[in-house]
This record gives sequence, C-alpha cells and structure tokens, in this order.
Amino acid sequence: MKIGIVRFPGSNCETDCLEAWRVMGAAADMLWHQETSVRGYDLIVLPGGFSYGDYLRTGAIARFSPIMADVIRHAREGGLVWGICNGFQILTECGLLPGALLRNAGLSFICAPQFLRVEKAAPPFTGAYAPGQVICLPINHGEGNYCIDAAGRRELEEEGRVVFRYVTAEGAADAAGNPNGSAGNIAGIVNRAGNVLGMMPHPERAVENLTGGEDGRGLFRSLLSAGRERHGHRDET
Amino acid sequence: MSKAFVQVTLKRSILDPQGSAVEKALRQMDYPVEAVRVGKYMEVTLRDGLDRAEREAALEEICRRVLSNPVIEEYTFSWEE
Repeated sequence: MKIGIVRFPGSNCETDCLEAWRVMGAAADMLWHQETSVRGYDLIVLPGGFSYGDYLRTGAIARFSPIMADVIRHAREGGLVWGICNGFQILTECGLLPGALLRNAGLSFICAPQFLRVEKAAPPFTGAYAPGQVICLPINHGEGNYCIDAAGRRELEEEGRVVFRYVTAEGAADAAGNPNGSAGNIAGIVNRAGNVLGMMPHPERAVENLTGGEDGRGLFRSLLSAGRERHGHRDET
Repeated sequence: MSKAFVQVTLKRSILDPQGSAVEKALRQMDYPVEAVRVGKYMEVTLRDGLDRAEREAALEEICRRVLSNPVIEEYTFSWEE
C-alpha cells in the first residue's frame, strides 16, 4: 500500500497523519501541493488544517492546486482518496463528494471528543468496525455543518453512503448528538463507487491511548487490509 | 481595464447562522429589523483588451467556478460605469 499525504500551505494535520500511519505500521510520503502527479500511489490522504487560510471558502483554493487535478484523475480511476476535516471540505469543493460544509450552526469553533456511529462498516475504509458501532473521535472545526439538498440527501441515504453520523453517547442520532447542525447528523460520506471518503472527525488523532484513544485505528486497519487485497489482485493479473 | 463588483450570498434555502446572529443582535438593540443575510463582496478587475462578450464570459466563469460554490451560494455582478 503506497500512501501519499498532501501538504497544502496551511495544512496542519499532515504530520499527525504521518505519525498515525507510523503507529499503525505503515510508511507514508508527504506530497507537496505543487506536484502534478500522484501516480504509483494507492491512497491519497487530504489532511486537516486551513489550506490557503480558508480564504474565499474552506477548500476553495486548495481544490485548484496543481496536485488536485491528478488526485481527481486518481479518484476517477478508482484510486483511494481519504479527506479528513479540511480534506473533506476540499473533496466537496472539487465535486468528488456531494454537498458542502458550512459554518457550524452555533457559530463556534468546536474542539472536543465526539461520539459517532459507524453506519457503513465495509471495505475499503471501515471494514474493521462493526455496523452500528459507536466510537469516539476528536472533532476540531468551525465549518463542519454538512449541507445537501433533499434529493442529494435521499440519494446518500438510499445508497448507503453515509459512513459516520454524529450521535450521543448512547448512539442516538438526534439533535442532542449533533454538534454542528449537519443534515441528518452526517459526519462522513463516500462517493458512489466507494473509493473516496470524506469525514470531519479526526481518526489520526485517535490511534494511541496516550492521546485521544484508539477508536480511530479501525480506519487505518481497514485501509491497510484493503491495500493488501488490492495488491494481491494486482499480482494475480 | 474593466472593474466588476461581485456579490456572493448563500442561497435562500440555506440557513445563514451569521446572518441570524447579526439579526438577533440588531433586534435586541431595538432596531426595526426583519432579516439579515451575510454575504461577500469582491472587486475583480479584468485585463485590458477584452470585448464586452469576452469579459462577461470570463467573469461568469470566474464566479461560477471559483468565487461561489453553486451548491450553497449564488452570485450577482455589475460593472463599474
């Protein structure tokens, strides 16, 4: 599994991602946003942060950086793309994922542990979790209010593309469990082909008990086993 | 040079938490306010040498692709006289 983490000017979670992959036993390369090719990589991670200072809209300028044209090509050809927080915002801006992320309903920047329910427990991103499992990951954003029109929302739900929902400790996806006003308590979604995941919570900050728990490990484990399988198939052909 | 004034606002159907906060504050100050929406204002100056159709087309595309996100926003623009 060859993993690349894209560093934009203003990214600030790329080193956390690198460290999380190291903890999980995998190496990853840091890719500068001015590079023009991601060929050879199986997984591209778009990390959290404030790319280009969040000017104009979150992710709006990063989406046009040179590397993104090839990340879009990579995604369209079935390559894995994982956007976390600002990475999710970039993925909606460039149209790889539907909807948009708006200012949190309460207007405040939220930095807190948050319960999530795993709605879709399936490879390549979440195969290591149990369906309906409640996990706790840190959230750290001012603009995580997921917004999508009614038709788009119906499509996501009917196609089972909601991967994570914000919930209470008891696992209820109600107003009390919704930190930022997101439609349907949506915290993470995949594209139709299932190879692009965008999520607001930070699993890379939850891979060690010393800092934030281990509930994020499932994503890394799922991706590593998906990577092994992909390479297995590739070797056969 | 031709200068354009671009306004980007959230679509009516999208809740505007900033606007709501300003609206509430103004009401608390006893101003006769019905509603407030917060948007963005930008000035874009295009290079010389474009005819009218070219500059309209260029600015339309800039607004649609970059300055606004059509999922949540709409835009209007006018040209400096």
